[in-house]
Amino acid sequence: MSDAARIAEEARRADIRTRWWLTAPALFILFIAAVGPLFVVLLFSLMVKGDYGDVKYWQFSTDGWFSVFFERDIFDDTVGLAQAHMEILWRSVKLSLITTLLTLLVGFPTAYYISIQPPKKRDLLVFMITIPFWTNILIRTFAMQEVIRNEGVINTLLIWAGFIERPIQIMYTDWAIFFGMVYVYLPLMVLPLYASMEKIDFRLVEAGYDLYAGRFQVLRRVIIPLVKPGIVAGSILVFIPSLGAYVTPRVLGGGKNLMLGNLIDLQFGQGKNWPLGAALSITLLVIVTVALLVYVRNASRQGGGHGH
Amino acid sequence: MKRLLKAAIAGAALLMSAGAALADGELNIFNWGDYTSPEMIKKFEEKYKVKVTITDYDSNDTALAKVRAGGHGFDVVVPSANFVPIWIKEGLLLEARPDQMENFKNVDERWVNVDWDPGRRYTVPWQWGLTGIGVNKTVYSGDPNTSAIFLDPPPELQGKINVAPEMNDVMYAAIRYLGGKWCTDDKELLKKVHDKLKEAKPKWLAMDYSAYEKMAAREYSAVYYWNGAMLRARLKNAEVTFGFPKEGYPFFMDSVAILKDAKNVENAKLFMNFIMDPENAAMISNFAKYANGIKGSDKFMDKELQDAPEIHPTAEQVAAGEFMLPCAPEVNDIYTKIWTDVLK
Amino acid sequence: MATKLRTFDVKAQPGFGTVAMICFFMLYLPIAILVIYAFNAGENIAIWEGLSLRWFVSAWHNDTVQEAAFRSLFLATVASTIATVVAAMAAIATTRTPPYRGLTFKYAMINQPLMVPEIVTAVSLLIVFSRFKVWTGYNGLGYMVLAHTAFCIPFAYLPIRARLENMDLTLERAAADLYATPWQAFRRVTLPLLVPGIIAGFMLAFVISLDDVVITEFVKSGGQETLPTYMLGQLRRTVTPEINAIATVFLALSVLLVTLFYLVNRKKT
Repeated sequence: MSDAARIAEEARRADIRTRWWLTAPALFILFIAAVGPLFVVLLFSLMVKGDYGDVKYWQFSTDGWFSVFFERDIFDDTVGLAQAHMEILWRSVKLSLITTLLTLLVGFPTAYYISIQPPKKRDLLVFMITIPFWTNILIRTFAMQEVIRNEGVINTLLIWAGFIERPIQIMYTDWAIFFGMVYVYLPLMVLPLYASMEKIDFRLVEAGYDLYAGRFQVLRRVIIPLVKPGIVAGSILVFIPSLGAYVTPRVLGGGKNLMLGNLIDLQFGQGKNWPLGAALSITLLVIVTVALLVYVRNASRQGGGHGH
Repeated sequence: MKRLLKAAIAGAALLMSAGAALADGELNIFNWGDYTSPEMIKKFEEKYKVKVTITDYDSNDTALAKVRAGGHGFDVVVPSANFVPIWIKEGLLLEARPDQMENFKNVDERWVNVDWDPGRRYTVPWQWGLTGIGVNKTVYSGDPNTSAIFLDPPPELQGKINVAPEMNDVMYAAIRYLGGKWCTDDKELLKKVHDKLKEAKPKWLAMDYSAYEKMAAREYSAVYYWNGAMLRARLKNAEVTFGFPKEGYPFFMDSVAILKDAKNVENAKLFMNFIMDPENAAMISNFAKYANGIKGSDKFMDKELQDAPEIHPTAEQVAAGEFMLPCAPEVNDIYTKIWTDVLK
Repeated sequence: MATKLRTFDVKAQPGFGTVAMICFFMLYLPIAILVIYAFNAGENIAIWEGLSLRWFVSAWHNDTVQEAAFRSLFLATVASTIATVVAAMAAIATTRTPPYRGLTFKYAMINQPLMVPEIVTAVSLLIVFSRFKVWTGYNGLGYMVLAHTAFCIPFAYLPIRARLENMDLTLERAAADLYATPWQAFRRVTLPLLVPGIIAGFMLAFVISLDDVVITEFVKSGGQETLPTYMLGQLRRTVTPEINAIATVFLALSVLLVTLFYLVNRKKT
């Protein structure tokens, strides 16, 4: 090995070592208060359920895992796929996907608009995005009810303006849920988007126009690729938490259908089946982790492509 | 950034030191949220020179899980009747013998020999109530004393009903409505329960906890909910009336118990005795708007509570109600499955 | 405010200004209602019964609520500050590098709190922290700070990382060429460029901590009520406009902060 190669190799090692030191505090906190305790959940999923919640320690069983995917029919005793769990999982995934898409549709223009303002106004607007979130989610959801209910602001305004004669039923529909979810998760989309938009190099945009691209083409071919890391971050931040959301679906949607969050909650609560709750959570964790890793890998590979 | 970090560490260190010491004259109460009269607590604090700290929980299961895990630092807890046997069985409660306390004579005979704590060796009554039917009279003028209101809703109420999102209460009403007994594992009957709930659900508007506000505001026309909330709804809106389902409905009673690992046992016992005093029990009722189990507390209650039909069921109405005891784990499993399938 | 510019503006995109305006309007509409109901004379957050300051007075006299509010603010400040610092360090260490062993592991670790439903983290923390509480006899706020910091980390990390990923290396290389030490290069070049990401991350973490209910409910020891857990307790009974009054005070506080921030900034330039 030549000296140069050896020195480069050593520098690389030193660099990696520094990078481990820099990550150490975060990893340490996460290990104590997030990842480590999760092993408890993994253990729980493999134990016999306690009679009234909790588990019977060190008595192992795969019942929890079995009932995530299969169920013994309570009426005719046949074993089949746990249809209810699948339906609830699918409902939650669908809700999260639509929420992510909607927040992106609303959040992208908003973040962009903020990022092209003069710096001082920019800071103000960013702060303004987060101010509503200084109030608790429950009370925000209650306030939203006042906006969309039949005697609420929107309906009153529309009737007053003569657009409609009778109030439109928004409360207790899927629309109410989407409205509420977008409202709740919007800053999680706008802030990362803004963070990556704020330093768009507009010379590239200008170059686009010089090449006779239209507004839309510039947006699609220049701006969106440039802010892709922000889109990825924002989508992750909205998609995953909304998978577990259930306050908004309950208050605004009426709560007649279970969400994944409720289902897991039920097992740790009135269902008194902690192993099933634990197994359900780990299933969710595995699905999301795999999806995320594939996504991030692809995104960073493409991201590295356009070079600096 | 560095300075910020330093400040944060200093602040954190300051807080760390705060939690440790447990002086004399303290009492840590772990109770349902918004359920403890502040005036009553103040009176207790002044009388016995004890500093009371109240911490909230929002479900029996959370409270049980937290106390079972240990390290909580609570002295007193207020579980519901159907959870008291579990708490006792798991060895979490101290056998405080309230039945030998001075004020025990005030406890209504009806609440002495209860199924969940015969002879009251562990617990004393806090508040009791029931899950029943609330109806808006102007929308529905028929008899409100039936679970049919939400299980077989009349046309004028369809799409305007709210049902409390409580698995046990709903399952209870449906099982009794179809002629079964609570904790039954009769497959045929449970099949009917499942089908009945599936059939009724589309006729409901919501399953939420905001029944009080929305009954008062006429957004719901009928609810299956707790009587205290309907009492308050009626005080806001006289159109609201309350029914005791004749097919059967569940009572609840929350009872005060002392934890086995309590650090302030003597103060906790003083507290137990204190709330069995009619005047103090009335203070709790005035705040929480439910009935207590103490004789002679009525005359200290607010006027609006003294003659409220919601919390004073007649003997006939009482006969239809029953306390839900915990079902066997296998039965609870079946109920959870039915519930999941109905709400999927 | 999308002022029509006569000259061609490379930055503008049609309709974006309008969407942003609608977005801000919708964001503040419920907030306005919430503030209005704080002045409700009735005890209900859905039925208007006239103007009154009674809920502000009642909140002022309610020690429990005040303590809970201060505890929430304190927790959010400490947890999000620590989370932002460690997340910024982690972000620097995990971006702009060829893949190395353990990088994927780090991503998975850092994002883990996002991926588990709150109730699961809550239950597992309850089990683990309770052991600690029994062993050490200490049951102060430290556990809550730790738990909040942990779930705030990914929220602080992702915006900072997004910011770093499209940051240019040239300036830092230039600094290195000018014989700046790595620390100097970081202080003078990287950090200032990173500020928007750090602010975004901090604010997200702050808001997330302020809002958390499930994990807090399971981790709290006696007397450690936060505003959200206090509200959770009220949920089954009545939520009174007292909560609106407190929220209004919080909002006023945040607006005051913004104004100060804005004025200070203005003076500097």
